Amino acid sequence: MLREIRPAIVLLLGLTAITGLGYPLAMTGIAGAIMPSQAQGSLIERDGKVVGSSLIGQEFKGEEYFHGRPSATLGPDPQDSTKTVPQPYNAINSMGSNLGPTSKALIDRVKEDVEKLKAENPSMPVPIDLVTTSGSGLDPNISPEGALFQVPRVAKARKLPEDRVRQLVTEKIEGRFGGLLGEPRVNVLALNLALDAASPK
Amino acid sequence: MTTIGWIQIALYCGVVLALVKPLGGYMTSVFNGERTFLSPILRPVEAGLYWIGGVDEKREQHWLTYTVAMLLFHVVGFLSLYAIMRLQAVLPFNPAGQSAVAEDLSFNTAISFVTNTNWQNYGGESTMSYLTQMLGLTVHNFLSAAAGIALAVALIRGFARSSMRTIGNFWVDITRCTLYVLLPICIVYTLFLIWQGMPQTLGAYVDATTLEGAKQTIAVGPVASQVAIKMLGTNGGGFFNANAAHPFENPTALSNFIQMISIFALGAAMTNVFGRMVGNPRQGWAILAVMGVLFITGVAITYGAEASGTTGLNALGLTGGNMEGKELRFGIVASSLFAVITTAASCGAVNAMHDSFTAIGGMIPLINMQLGEIIVGGVGAGLYGMLLFVVLAIFVAGLMVGRTPEYVGKKIEAREVKMAMLAILVLPLMYLGWTAVAVVLPSAVASMANAGPHGFTEVLYAFTSATGNNGSAFGGLTGNTFFYNLTLASSMFVGRFFMIVPAMALAGSLAAKKSIPASAGTLPTTGGLFVGLVIGVILIIGGLTFFPALALGPIVEHLAMTASTLF
Repeated sequence: MLREIRPAIVLLLGLTAITGLGYPLAMTGIAGAIMPSQAQGSLIERDGKVVGSSLIGQEFKGEEYFHGRPSATLGPDPQDSTKTVPQPYNAINSMGSNLGPTSKALIDRVKEDVEKLKAENPSMPVPIDLVTTSGSGLDPNISPEGALFQVPRVAKARKLPEDRVRQLVTEKIEGRFGGLLGEPRVNVLALNLALDAASPK
Repeated sequence: MTTIGWIQIALYCGVVLALVKPLGGYMTSVFNGERTFLSPILRPVEAGLYWIGGVDEKREQHWLTYTVAMLLFHVVGFLSLYAIMRLQAVLPFNPAGQSAVAEDLSFNTAISFVTNTNWQNYGGESTMSYLTQMLGLTVHNFLSAAAGIALAVALIRGFARSSMRTIGNFWVDITRCTLYVLLPICIVYTLFLIWQGMPQTLGAYVDATTLEGAKQTIAVGPVASQVAIKMLGTNGGGFFNANAAHPFENPTALSNFIQMISIFALGAAMTNVFGRMVGNPRQGWAILAVMGVLFITGVAITYGAEASGTTGLNALGLTGGNMEGKELRFGIVASSLFAVITTAASCGAVNAMHDSFTAIGGMIPLINMQLGEIIVGGVGAGLYGMLLFVVLAIFVAGLMVGRTPEYVGKKIEAREVKMAMLAILVLPLMYLGWTAVAVVLPSAVASMANAGPHGFTEVLYAFTSATGNNGSAFGGLTGNTFFYNLTLASSMFVGRFFMIVPAMALAGSLAAKKSIPASAGTLPTTGGLFVGLVIGVILIIGGLTFFPALALGPIVEHLAMTASTLF
């Protein structure tokens, strides 16, 4: 048995050096050289300032922006750092709501959101993605229906014709990969950037 | 359910099946010690490791020595991983300034990664430094996967050999698996993932100013290199808390599809390695057929349940299925499919929150794990788990016709059946036993996030996942408490090693037996009858063991949901 200790230690160290240092550092080096944008997190800059990542959702509350899905992420309470409070789209603490199908808290929350949205736009059925939280709390996308649903509100706040806003949405709809994989979607940050470009606030 | 959804599922199965033969052939030559197209580059590294380690690659080991070597390797790995987590605050590559991981959490996490479970009682981006992620977690993603494959190969040799005392050399198997199989695939895979948008940087977390002027700190890191092996090695421990639901850990529908392929790729190919090594590839296909039938059934049930949504959401006029806890880019079908794959294999990565699945949709992942993760299963672990059930099925068939049971030329006798039963019975002992303890301890009950039967399911799921070395969770349960850290760690330990040691004893006793040629009385093990028999044994043994627990959790919850009861 003692004879097996030497290979145990040597192989652990050797394979650690290869798979734990050599491999990730080489990958980091190659990525930085040939795909620097993705490697650093697909960051988006406007006027030289980082405004977010094209893959990470961010919170939009104002009437003049399209809103993303509700987010269940938490952050430290500014009053008492031992506690956590809701902090939507906290990109250093990804999480879902973890509420189950028979959870009263879930149904109450969704009901409240549905009523708010119905008041905002009674002409369309409420798309489910606008009232359910995503698994990560950082979902960058909404469904095309979810974006079209918000057109009247945004157009009014921006004093733009609804057709113009609807056209911006249509331009930002991404289809399934190869027509097959995934779901049609709209990237909220990209849409809002296009909106800002079309009509400065 | 939609047509395009089913096309995605069919495409998935097609690609996995197409990979079985080429990967199986390549892995067979790796474990037979043959030269491969990568040998010119890797052979010097391999030989160097043996030379420093004092490994004589020509010398094979008795099953006991093989097992001891494996256990020692795990002990050394456990200690080093524990040390790295405890010391991460003073070690380099820690731009986010993470402090030392707590003692009980380090203990739990070290056991978790050494046993290929990768249960996360921690949030990756808020707990682990880059060094811990690379030098600790990435390394054990490789090594625990390689160990699983090595053990499966040793068991296959037991079936394939005749009158031999040895079953291979652990050091050679684990080294060759890491260098020739896992590492090359991961290098290509990592580059693909980065191309899809996965970060790979040692830079600090990024501060962004959102369009509305708020500050958003975005966690990044060397993500892609870890995710590649996390999926390929069916480890499942995420770089981020939200795992493969996090947009950085699974940026696109395509990255999701390839990640799902990579969970099954090696496990499915192992059935082909088995067929080739025992001299009849059809034996491997028969086992894969058993897995396939169980898998497709599970996918259909979960997809159906998620697509029909929950009574509560439907009552509010919301359509399109149960989107709570799911990412929009994956939608219902890719989330349901991923959940079934990750629990059929012992991966445990999640791209949607299982806690928010419908009762029936979430029950299938639970059942997959309770059956012992033999539907493809963890790399290696799935095959040896399945072979244990095959031994039992052959034994039952032998009883029915009154003949000594045989499988691939080996007589299955009392010792083999005892070993198989021991390995299979120890799993429910852990997950049912600890669940029973947890639901009567007020402090453990306090960890549940949901009230009613769903809370019970959270606890049952946690211990099932830990025992099965899966690592997925009904994430609402607060697992980072002293009680859960220790009990879950014990489940992971028992679930891994109390299965491995009997499996190795089985390998040893099989290798020592003479191979006998098939006769007119031998049950053919490549046809539909055999496939049906194995499925029956799996469902009957599994069903009898855990059906009562399911009745208390998901089944009663489903009934409550359809009656619109809320908790």
